[in-house]
Amino acid sequence: MSEAAMLRLEQVTVDFDGFKAINDLSLTIPSGSMTVVIGPNGAGKSTMCDTIIGRVRPTAGRVLFHGEEIQRLAEHRIVGRGICRKFQTPGVLIGLSVIDNLAIAAMRDRRWWRSFTRAGEEEARAKAEAVLEQVGLADRRDALAGNLSHGEKQWLEIGMVVATDAELLLLDEPTAGMGAAESSQTAQIIRTLVGRHAVLVIDHDIDFVSQLEGHVVVLHQGALLREGTLDEIRRDEEVAAIYLGRAK
Amino acid sequence: MLNLPFKTIGGGAALLLAILAPWLLSAYDLNLLGRFLALSLSAMGLVLLWGEGGILSLGQGVFFGLGGYLLAMHLKLDGLGAGELPDFMTWSGVTALPWWWAPFRNPLVTILGVLLVPAAIGAGFSWLMFRRRIGGVYFALITQALALVFATLLISQQGTTGGFNGLTDYHNLMGLNLNDEGVTRGIYWLTLALVATAYFALRWLLSSRFGKLLRASRDGSNRLRFLGYDPTPYKVVAFSVAAVLTGVSGAMFTLHAGVVSPALVGVVPSIEMVIWVAIGGRTYLVGGIVGALLVNFAKDKISTALPELWLYALGLLFILAVTAFPRGIVGEFEGERRFKPARLGDMFARWRAGRATS
Repeated sequence: MSEAAMLRLEQVTVDFDGFKAINDLSLTIPSGSMTVVIGPNGAGKSTMCDTIIGRVRPTAGRVLFHGEEIQRLAEHRIVGRGICRKFQTPGVLIGLSVIDNLAIAAMRDRRWWRSFTRAGEEEARAKAEAVLEQVGLADRRDALAGNLSHGEKQWLEIGMVVATDAELLLLDEPTAGMGAAESSQTAQIIRTLVGRHAVLVIDHDIDFVSQLEGHVVVLHQGALLREGTLDEIRRDEEVAAIYLGRAK
Repeated sequence: MLNLPFKTIGGGAALLLAILAPWLLSAYDLNLLGRFLALSLSAMGLVLLWGEGGILSLGQGVFFGLGGYLLAMHLKLDGLGAGELPDFMTWSGVTALPWWWAPFRNPLVTILGVLLVPAAIGAGFSWLMFRRRIGGVYFALITQALALVFATLLISQQGTTGGFNGLTDYHNLMGLNLNDEGVTRGIYWLTLALVATAYFALRWLLSSRFGKLLRASRDGSNRLRFLGYDPTPYKVVAFSVAAVLTGVSGAMFTLHAGVVSPALVGVVPSIEMVIWVAIGGRTYLVGGIVGALLVNFAKDKISTALPELWLYALGLLFILAVTAFPRGIVGEFEGERRFKPARLGDMFARWRAGRATS
């Protein structure tokens, strides 16, 4: 943790009618880093993402992005600050082509009254073409996003998140529904993002997590259980008992 | 598959025929064509709103009525002296012209009113709805309730709205006799010009980035939001543009039909608009025009011959459109998926299988 904290969760609690999905969680994400969040089902991984991007409002605590409190901002304003999230089930825009999906994501000027003009489209298109190569969908450029395979949709959505050029990318189960080959291709794509972006990945699959080579955070019952390298986590007996042991 | 030259030629030929229609059709049929072309403006509004924006409104009759009534108010006042009242007001014992009638003595105010009143109400209403993320079935039901309220209000205010009978019996527009053949032709061409203008304007709108974002908000409001866009204004603009088109549609229809009444603005006519668009092809502007023309000509022919049959025929058409050709008539001729009669056979087989298991 040599670099300055870009995102900080400070004692965040999310209470769903008495059920604490997130319980007094504090976490720091430095810029340009790779963080992998693991934990059993119901550990609060997705809720943590929801809290960061403003889909869920914390009951207590603060979410700080470059020192600014963002936990009360509207979702699209949080994206404007530089945080973008990929959802667990791919949410690509099925009625548009792959390149249009990326171009919409890459538009810097997102004010609605500018959408009648062509201002900024060239820049967005150039960015979209670059990301298209990066996520390996060049040969599907003009296909309708709704006609992509499940794996391709996942890559497209990763591409859309990348195209926004957000500083922090949250990738919620980017390999859901993928085979081993597709998973390692996804890991390769994600590794190229680190540095320019800070990446936070949620996943269950330990093989995939090991390919990411990131800082690992273990959540359990909404709270931070351990953090460290994957090897440290693997050797931890408590983690093994609640999570890895069960997974094996 | 239709290729571009064929479409251009076909479209050009249809436009040419429409321009020449006053010399090709009887006065009666020309009047019908004019009315139905006016209705197709409403239908194109729904293509934008429902087909492209995914927002189903069952209350477009409200805006149709606003346009129609505002114009009819002007027509009723046209030619009256300073102290004179429209005939139906006198019959209802109204002694002074209501303040909200007075501005519509002016033709320019009337034209602005036909455009701006639906725009303002459409924008205000839809902003309140979409900002609170009300959509889908809830939105459809609220718009339907709005149509019901509007029709009920019109009926209850006999003295100032003409009540159940609406506003009718007017003959002059800016010094022109509405029964004159030249004037009716002029109104027909004006309608045609408005339809063409609306068509090209909407085509431009849908091909702009706005159009893509509107489609995106239909397919994934949340995804759009989490890409940093606020989907609300796109939906509000679509709703307002559709409201204006529907208002103009109502005004032009009133000119052709010589009457506007609550029967044209309530729940049933609002739903009929949706059916035209579903049958014509809801994601195609041409589908809106085709649907409005075909369904209404069919309505005229069938309800003249067998009045009691029309509602069943309309229901059947709607069911067919939804189940057998969900992309509408125009959609069936577009792209690879042509109309396959076999699919009707499939439907029948499924229906029988369903009966066997239940």
